[in-house]
Amino acid sequence: MGVVQKVGQSSEPDHGRVLGDNVMTTSLDLVVNWARSRSLWPMTFGLACCAIEMMSTGAARFDLDRMGVLFRASPRQADVIIIAGTVTHKMLPVIETVYEQMPEPKYVIAMGACASSGGVFDTYSVVQGIDKVLPVDVYIPGCPPRPEGLLYGLIKLQEKIMRERNSFGAAIGAGDVIPG
Amino acid sequence: MSQAVVTKLKGAYAGSVLEVKEYRDEVTVTVKKEDIVAICQFLKDEAGYNFLCDLCGVDYLGQQPRFMVVYNLYNVATKERLRVKVAVDEEDAKVDTVSTVWSTANWHERECWDLMGIAFNNHPDLRRILMATDWEGHPLRKDYPLQGPDRELYQGRIS
Repeated sequence: MGVVQKVGQSSEPDHGRVLGDNVMTTSLDLVVNWARSRSLWPMTFGLACCAIEMMSTGAARFDLDRMGVLFRASPRQADVIIIAGTVTHKMLPVIETVYEQMPEPKYVIAMGACASSGGVFDTYSVVQGIDKVLPVDVYIPGCPPRPEGLLYGLIKLQEKIMRERNSFGAAIGAGDVIPG
Repeated sequence: MSQAVVTKLKGAYAGSVLEVKEYRDEVTVTVKKEDIVAICQFLKDEAGYNFLCDLCGVDYLGQQPRFMVVYNLYNVATKERLRVKVAVDEEDAKVDTVSTVWSTANWHERECWDLMGIAFNNHPDLRRILMATDWEGHPLRKDYPLQGPDRELYQGRIS
C-alpha cells in the first residue's frame, strides 16, 4: 500500500511504517482524531463510589451526552474504559477481559485515588493502581473526583487524541498510531 | 432466659461444657470441639435456636490454643441469642461442619476457611469464597502481612 519500510533496527518504537507528514495525511489525521475525540464512548463499568460521580456526570446536571460521550453497555462498542473505583485482585481478571474485548483504538481513564494508586486501601486485596495492568491515558485525582474533575479528564483525553499522528494511516493498515 | 438453656445443655452434655460466661445479658458457652455438631443439633432441636446468625473464626496469636470458632445462634420465636465457642489448635485446625444442622453454615464455614485457614471436616464444598481461587494463604490471620506477601511489612505511613 505504498508503505515506506524502515530498514534499520532499533529499540525505539518503529514509526517508520507510516504514511508520513504532509498536508494530505495530517489533514486526514485531523479528521480521524476529531471524529474519535468527539465520540468517546465509555464502557459502562463502575467499581465503587467513583461510579456514583460517574453516573452523576452522565446525568442531566453535567450531561456528558453534550460532549458525545455516551455510555455503552458492551465493550465491543466502547472506546474508553473509565476505571471508576477500587480494583481488587479478584476483580482484575474481569477488567482485563473487558479491556481486551474493546476494539482498537482504546483508551483508559483511571478515575480517583484508588484506580490511580490504590488510594487508602494499601492492603493485600487491592491492586495498587490499575496502571500495573492497563496502559492509563489520563489520571484523575480525587476521592472521589467531582463531576467537573471527570469532565476535565475527558477533555484532557480529547486533547491527547487530537495530538495523535498517523491515525488515518493506521486506520487503513499503514503502521500504527503515534500516541499524542 | 438463656441461663435456662445453659442448664438444659449442661444436663445433656455435662462433660462437654467447659465454660459459661454472662456479660451484659449475653451468654457465651465454650464447649469441647469433638461435640460441637451434637451440641448444635441439640440447641436447634431442643432449645429452638433455629437460626445461625454468624459463624466466624478468631485468631488469638500467641495463645494456646490459637483459634476460636464462634457460633452466634438466634431463636427466632423467643428472640433469644446464644454464643457458642470452640477452641481450635493451630496444628489441628479442623472442626466438624455444622452445615448439616444449619445449611447457612456452608458459606460461613467457607469464609472461615478462606480467611482464617480453619478447615471443616465433612464440609460439602470447602473452597475459597471471598479471595481469588488461586490465592495463597489466609489473610485474616494475625501473622499475615497486611499489604500482601510480596510487599515488605507495614511500617506506618511516612506522610
